[in-house]
Amino acid sequence: MNSTIIKVSHLSKIYKTDVLETVALDDISFEIKKGEFVAIMGPSGSGKSTLMHILGALDKPTKGEYVLGGENVQDLSDDELSDIRNRKIGFIFQAFNLLPRTTTLKNVIIPMIYGGIPKEKRVEIAEKYLRMVGLGDRLQHTSNQISGGQQQRVAIARSLVMDPDMILADEPTGNIASNQAEEVMAIFQQLNDEGRTIVMITHEPDIAEHAKRIITIKDGKIQHDSINHARKIIKLKKL
Amino acid sequence: MTELWELFIESIGTLRLNKMRTGLAMLGIIIGIGSVIALVSLGQSSQKAVQSQIQSLGSNLLTISPSSQRSGMVRGASSTTTLTKKDAEAILSSSSVTTVKSVSAEYSSRSQIVTGENNTNTTVMGATPIYLEVHNIEIASGSFITQHDVDSMTRVVVLGPTVVEDLFSDSSYDPVGETIRIGGQNFTVIGVTVAKGSSGMQSQDDRVYVPLTTAQKQLYGVNYLSSISVVANSSEVMDQAVNEIGYLLMARHKITDTTKVDFRIMNQEDILSTATEVSGTFTTLLSGVAAISLVVGGIGIMNIMLVTVTERTREIGLRKALGAKKKTIIYQFLMESALLTFIGGIIGIIVGILASYVYALVNASTFTVSLGSVALAFFVSVAIGIVFGWYPARRAAGLQPIEALRYE
Repeated sequence: MNSTIIKVSHLSKIYKTDVLETVALDDISFEIKKGEFVAIMGPSGSGKSTLMHILGALDKPTKGEYVLGGENVQDLSDDELSDIRNRKIGFIFQAFNLLPRTTTLKNVIIPMIYGGIPKEKRVEIAEKYLRMVGLGDRLQHTSNQISGGQQQRVAIARSLVMDPDMILADEPTGNIASNQAEEVMAIFQQLNDEGRTIVMITHEPDIAEHAKRIITIKDGKIQHDSINHARKIIKLKKL
Repeated sequence: MTELWELFIESIGTLRLNKMRTGLAMLGIIIGIGSVIALVSLGQSSQKAVQSQIQSLGSNLLTISPSSQRSGMVRGASSTTTLTKKDAEAILSSSSVTTVKSVSAEYSSRSQIVTGENNTNTTVMGATPIYLEVHNIEIASGSFITQHDVDSMTRVVVLGPTVVEDLFSDSSYDPVGETIRIGGQNFTVIGVTVAKGSSGMQSQDDRVYVPLTTAQKQLYGVNYLSSISVVANSSEVMDQAVNEIGYLLMARHKITDTTKVDFRIMNQEDILSTATEVSGTFTTLLSGVAAISLVVGGIGIMNIMLVTVTERTREIGLRKALGAKKKTIIYQFLMESALLTFIGGIIGIIVGILASYVYALVNASTFTVSLGSVALAFFVSVAIGIVFGWYPARRAAGLQPIEALRYE
């Protein structure tokens, strides 16, 4: 449980326009080990979204180094980054980002198509994870036929099918009702108990409370980085 | 292959999501391909019509006519009087001519033909019985000129259907047994030929046939021929036949310089290829016009695909976040646009075939659709999808995932 999944050293991100130079991240360094459940907190404008984009291999840092699962990410090409995202990162977005008018099963299958998983196995794997998030009976529903919480659970299933090194969740409860948010947190804790590494970006303290470790960012710098002793545990009810 | 198939299935699904737009985008291609097919088959059927008309003259046919290419000094009346019945007999019987099946000696001129109240000016063809076979003429009623008619210079006449209509004001009238006057002399009508249609040069229906000897001696007072028609054994030996006949006639006319021959041998194939070329140009022109509409259709596809890319920016961003490579996104959009034009192309082919069928039905012409133009239209339509889909697909693939995900 001690191997390092994420190693960030002296990371900076500077956005430049003609007149302005905005420092979004200012010399950030930290490590995340396998099996951790980290919440990255901060108010809007703190730089946490920028950090999420870099951790998600969606954007490249201006300076510094980012190693994900043993691979150096900052100087890869676009296509190599696509490959890293596919194999190593399971994305969960605030707006779910499921394909509209597409069944939950097909949505969950998409990463496996890009990952070259043989066709015969795809449905089997997708069904396994959809059952795990309690949507075994919603395989053929399209995303506009299910609730926000259910959509986010589909997204969780989608993030798991490639067996990634980390699950990267960006405000996962931002668009759903609070009781459904608890369900999502319960699933996260269960996944974490099974040994999965979770990095969750949020601005809500009561959501961050579910994590084992909380990193607080302000003005592009790490303000606090500590173990969450007051961790809130949610018993996973039968979904 | 399976990946391509999956992409295909998925693209069909996407296109079905927006049926109205898909249909409208296809419309340009449908019209383009449809008009290419229809116009090409229209051009080809007219080409075939010209060909079959010329072929009905006899495709193995050589026509020998006198020419005035003798040296400038001794020109004059002699130049058009050089072909004789003896020449015709020699062509058929000479041992040096091996490729000839039949020979028809002919003398034609124009005369005024009169019945009771009507009259017409038409070609009078002095012919022998072999004329029927050489020129593929059929008799609709009565009979044709016999050898006996030629030998005894009888005054009988066979009418072409146009002449029947001109003289008797009714094309269905059977004039066999009537008496008509040609050049002031009475002739008995013994037959009517079947209509052959215009050959593009001269109507074979607007003429009358009299025995060759009658025409030469009694009507026009000449002893030479205006043409000799020769049927070769097959279309392959046409060139050989031309050579053999040429040398024979040169020997008979005592000419040694090939630039000073006093006759001309025309090959029916030459006329055919000229006519085919003309209608081929016509077909090309029509296809060109149709091709322009295809290009316009292609631009329509590009337009729709650009709209689609903009509309699906978030989807593209998500797909890239989930691991789609540039190539994958390009393939996805290329497949969609190629599918649009592919389906449009198939519908266009059906529409085009239907249109040319209706055209053939209305004009009572032959219905032809060339497989070549269908295959070409098919490939062109897919190619248009790929060419005009390329730019939108590249644009989609170039989107950065964060910007695309943020796009509202």
